Amino acid sequence: MSEVLVLVDHAAGEVRKVTLELLTAARRLGEPAAVVVGESGTAGKLADSLTAYGASKIYVAESAEAGQYLITPQVDVLASLVSSAQPAAVLVPASIDGKEIAGRLAVRTGSGLLSEAVDLDAEGVAAHSLFGGAYQASAKATTATTVVTVLPGSVEAEAASGAGEQVTAEVPAQDAGRAATVTGHQPAEAGDRPELTEAGVVVSGGRGVGSAENFAVIEKLADSLGAAVGASRAAVDSGYYPPQFQVGQTGKTVSPQLYVALGISGAIQHRAGMQTSKTIVAVNKDPEAPIFDIADYGMVGDLFKVAPQLTDEVEKRKS
Amino acid sequence: MNIVVLVKQVPDTWSERKLSDADHTLDRASADAVLDEINERAVEEALLAKEAQGGEVTVVCMGPERANEAIRKALSMGADSAVHVSDEALHGSDAVQTARTLAAAIGTLESVDLVIAGNESTDGRAGAVPAMVAELLGWPQLTYARKLDTDGQSVSIERESDAGVATVEANLPALVSVTEKINEPRYPSFKGIMAAKKKPVSTLSVADVGLSADEVGLGSAPTQVVSSAPAPPKEAGVKVTDEGEGGVQIVEFLSGQKLV
Ligand SMILES: Cc1cc2nc3c(=O)[nH]c(=O)nc-3n(C[C@H](O)[C@H](O)[C@H](O)COP(=O)(O)OP(=O)(O)OC[C@H]3O[C@@H](n4cnc5c(N)ncnc54)[C@H](O)[C@@H]3O)c2cc1C
Ligand SMILES: Nc1ncnc2c1ncn2[C@@H]1O[C@H](COP(=O)(O)O)[C@@H](O)[C@H]1O
Repeated sequence: MSEVLVLVDHAAGEVRKVTLELLTAARRLGEPAAVVVGESGTAGKLADSLTAYGASKIYVAESAEAGQYLITPQVDVLASLVSSAQPAAVLVPASIDGKEIAGRLAVRTGSGLLSEAVDLDAEGVAAHSLFGGAYQASAKATTATTVVTVLPGSVEAEAASGAGEQVTAEVPAQDAGRAATVTGHQPAEAGDRPELTEAGVVVSGGRGVGSAENFAVIEKLADSLGAAVGASRAAVDSGYYPPQFQVGQTGKTVSPQLYVALGISGAIQHRAGMQTSKTIVAVNKDPEAPIFDIADYGMVGDLFKVAPQLTDEVEKRKS
Repeated sequence: MNIVVLVKQVPDTWSERKLSDADHTLDRASADAVLDEINERAVEEALLAKEAQGGEVTVVCMGPERANEAIRKALSMGADSAVHVSDEALHGSDAVQTARTLAAAIGTLESVDLVIAGNESTDGRAGAVPAMVAELLGWPQLTYARKLDTDGQSVSIERESDAGVATVEANLPALVSVTEKINEPRYPSFKGIMAAKKKPVSTLSVADVGLSADEVGLGSAPTQVVSSAPAPPKEAGVKVTDEGEGGVQIVEFLSGQKLV
C-alpha cells in the first residue's frame, strides 16, 4: 500500500485537530505518514497523538530554519519526501499557510492540486463546496501524486492506533535569495475560546452590535455556549472585532453544528462563509433581513434584549 | 522600480454563480463580471509604491476577451500598461496551469522588481496562485500582507494569519500578495478613465508567452472535475418576533434540537 503524507499542523507543542482529521482521511487512501516540520524537539511532543490517530510513520524534519523562513521549509521537506516515498497523495490543511505550501509543492513535483476538499474517497476523488456552499463538485487528479488541501472540520477524526515509527528527514538549507525571512512574530492572543474553523458552535456579531465594547454581549453568549466568536466584515471594518475572526467570502468558512448570527443582515458574501452550518439561529430587528431566508430559527428583535436573556437562560440550565 | 500587478476578472459576488453543465467550468456568461475587489487593492498598493519610488506599473491578466474590462479599470486607476493573456486554449485551466501561464507572461517583461497579487480570489479561492507564481519564478514570496514597505532594493511586510502577525522580509525581486485590510483603493477619476483608453494593452496568446497549447487548458489539466451540481437550497425555518421572552424561546428551540 502506498504512503499518504499528512503535513502536521501544530502550535505550542500540540497537534491541531485538523491534523487528526487529515490522518483519518489519509487512512482511506493508503498508509498515513505524518510529516512534522519544526524546530528541534517538536516531534517528540506530537508523536503520541499522531500515533493514536493511525500514523504508521512520523517523518521528523527539525531545524532552526523551519521557523525562520516562510513556507519554503515545509515545501522543501515535502518535495523531497514525494520523490523518495512516491506517495499516492499529500494532505495539507486548507489554511492560509497550507494552501500556499500545497500550491508550491504541486508545481515543484508536477502534481495535480485539489483545493479546499470537504471529503475524500478511497479513489482520491475530492468533494468540494463552491461559491460558499451554493455549488457542489467533485474532482480528481490525473498525476501520480495528488496534493490535496482539506478544509478543517469537514472530516470526522477517528482514533486508530498506528506504528508511529519515527524517521528522520532533512530540512534542506534555505536560500535567502529565494526565500522570505521571518524577522519578527507577534503571536495571536490564544484565548480560551475554541478556534473559529474548528468550533462546534459559532456566535457572530455584525454591524448591529454597534461598537467594540458592545461585542462583550456576543462574547458572553459565546462563552455560555462554549463557542467561538465570529464577525461580519462590516463589524471588522468598523473596528469592532479583529480581522482574523471575519466569517464570509473573504474571511473564514465555518460549518459548525450551530451558528448564531446577531445583528448581521445576511449579505450573500457573509452567507458564503456560514450557510453550510447545520443549524442557523438569527437575531435581527429587521424582519426583512435576508439572514432569515436561511435561518432555522429566526428571532425578530433587539439583540441587546435577546442575547443577554439567552445567555442567562443557558447558564441557568447548565447549573 | 518595475511593478507587475496580477489582476483577475471574476463573477460579481452579488450575482448568482454557477458552473456550466457541459464541462464543469465557470459559467462566465451567467454572471456580471468585475475586477476582483482584492485586485483593486493590489493595484492601489502598486500605485503607492510607484508614487514613492518611481517606475512603471504593468497589469498582467489571464482571462477571456471580456477580461479587458477589468484591465481597463486597473489602467483607469493609474496603471501604465497591460499584458492580457487570452487564448481559447486556456479555457478550463486549473490553478497550476494558471500560475504557469502568469509566470510565463511575467517572463516576457523586462527587469520586473516586484509582483503584487491578491491573497485569494473570490471565485476559485485557491489562495495559491501567488505562491505558485513565486515558485515558478524562483522568487521569495511574502504573502497575506496587511502592510507593505519597499525601498526599491528590498521589501518588508506585515503578514496577518491565524498564528498572529509576522514581519517578513526579502530582497527584490519578490512577490507580495495583499489582504483586503491593506488599503482603500482609489476610484478612477474621469481623467483616468479617458487616459486608460489610450494606454497600451498587449494581447498575448499561449504561444506568445512561450508555452504550447497542450500544456494548458481543460484537456491537459492535472486535475479534472468529474461532477458538479447546485447544492440543494437551504430552506428557511420558523421566524418569530420577540415579545420579551425571545432569549428563552431560542434556548427552547436549541434544547429541542439537542444543541444545549
Ligand atoms: C468582494 C466582497 C467580499 C465580502 N466579503 C465579506 C465577508 O467575508 N464577510 C462578510 O460578513 N461580509 C463580506 N462582504 C460585505 C457584505 O456585502 C456586507 O456588507 C456585510 O456582510 C454586512 O455586514 P453586517 O450584516 O454586519 O452589516 P449590515 O448589512 O449593516 O447589517 C446590520 C444588521 O444589524 C441589524 N441590527 C442593527 N441593530 C440591531 C439590534 N440592536 N438588534 C438586532 N439587529 C440589529 C440591522 O437590522 C441589519 O440587518 C463582502 C463584500 C464584497 C463586495
Ligand atoms: N487568471 C488570472 N489572471 C491574473 N491574476 C490571477 C489570475 N488568477 C489568479 N490571479 C492572481 O492570484 C491571486 C489569488 O488568486 P487564487 O490563488 O486563484 O485565489 C488573485 O487575486 C490574482 O492577483
